[in-house]
Amino acid sequence: MVAKRIIPCLDVKDGRTVKGVNFVDLRDVGDAVELGQFYAKGGADELVYLDISATREGRNTFTRLVERISDGINIPFTVGGGISSLDDASRLLDAGADKISINSAAIANPSLIDSIAARYGSQFVVVAIDARQMEDGIWRATTHGGSRPSDKELFSWAREAQERGAGEILFTSMNHDGTRQGYPCDTFAQLADTITIPIIASGGAGSVEDIAEVLTVGRADAALAASIFHFGEITVAQLKKELRERNIDVRL
Amino acid sequence: MGNLRSVENVLKRLGAEFCVTADADVVRAADRVLLPGVGNAAEAMENLHKAGLVDVIRSLRQPVLGICVGMQVMCRHSEEGDVDCLNIFDTHVKRFVPTADLKVPHMGWNKIGNLESKLFKGIEGGSYVYFVHSFYPELCPDTIATATHGKMFSAAL
Repeated sequence: MVAKRIIPCLDVKDGRTVKGVNFVDLRDVGDAVELGQFYAKGGADELVYLDISATREGRNTFTRLVERISDGINIPFTVGGGISSLDDASRLLDAGADKISINSAAIANPSLIDSIAARYGSQFVVVAIDARQMEDGIWRATTHGGSRPSDKELFSWAREAQERGAGEILFTSMNHDGTRQGYPCDTFAQLADTITIPIIASGGAGSVEDIAEVLTVGRADAALAASIFHFGEITVAQLKKELRERNIDVRL
Repeated sequence: MGNLRSVENVLKRLGAEFCVTADADVVRAADRVLLPGVGNAAEAMENLHKAGLVDVIRSLRQPVLGICVGMQVMCRHSEEGDVDCLNIFDTHVKRFVPTADLKVPHMGWNKIGNLESKLFKGIEGGSYVYFVHSFYPELCPDTIATATHGKMFSAAL
């Protein structure tokens, strides 16, 4: 059986990781490679690096950083943020990224999924969906950090992304993101019934229990988290040990 | 084909002397040959045909290691693009059929077992390795490692 994955997510701005506490043993918490190595050593199964730079210069810095990450880290890593063309994807693959994550650009231009998957394979393409449940109960995919609802509905969009060649779906509930109140597990389970590619759960984890629930009741294949790791509330190793105690298959 | 950089990184880390080439003479003269690959078996075979490397690879007598799609194209045939491959290993590459409990691609850390080659020196049965694939070579007499995703398949040949 393939193990459930735990994936720390690191936000990078102008080549530096943002937020996070200064861990013991870590000289520079802003160094994306060093922080990644710290998580990898602690048992992280993969890493996600999200470029939140707003400028072209920041993006170029990120590409050079991806080369350093690839040289310095021995677990798979995904990069996301600002990828809007096949050229962007190619540049990041050449820099050493194992996967890329696309979000707003895929909603604006769904055939981007087809072209990247056809060129580099589905395993390279993660489609991130930031969805918000509207007052009418419909889960609507949003862009621009959740601020703009799109015409895509979560389940049909996830299925379309799969059919176009996505290898994984990274689903964040914008109703739960940042609340630390747990994930919408029923929605995750419904998503698992809708598609056959792996699902990464993101947004809302406040405790080990939340993560355990989304991996079991929510049937997610992986859980991605940022703050609970960055603020040192729990280590990846401790989290995985506690998941194993709950009979969840994780790599120890 | 594929993501050469991670292979290059490992070789650099090991201090190996290597070059990246599609030149038949360079490949023939090498002490050892790595055939990496990401993507699509049919496309990989097309590229090998275009580069005139199909018979070259089949004729090599030095150690050759196919990685990922590079290993799959060393089999007889692949369902991915319904393509005839290099036919070095007499087995068929099939697609995982997804079910409610079986995600495809098979993605993440899974255990390998039945290790039957000195390639795995220092690696114990039951070790985790990272898999990312939708196609797998069926078990055959050349299988030297197995993993299970719905059914048992050849993780190495």
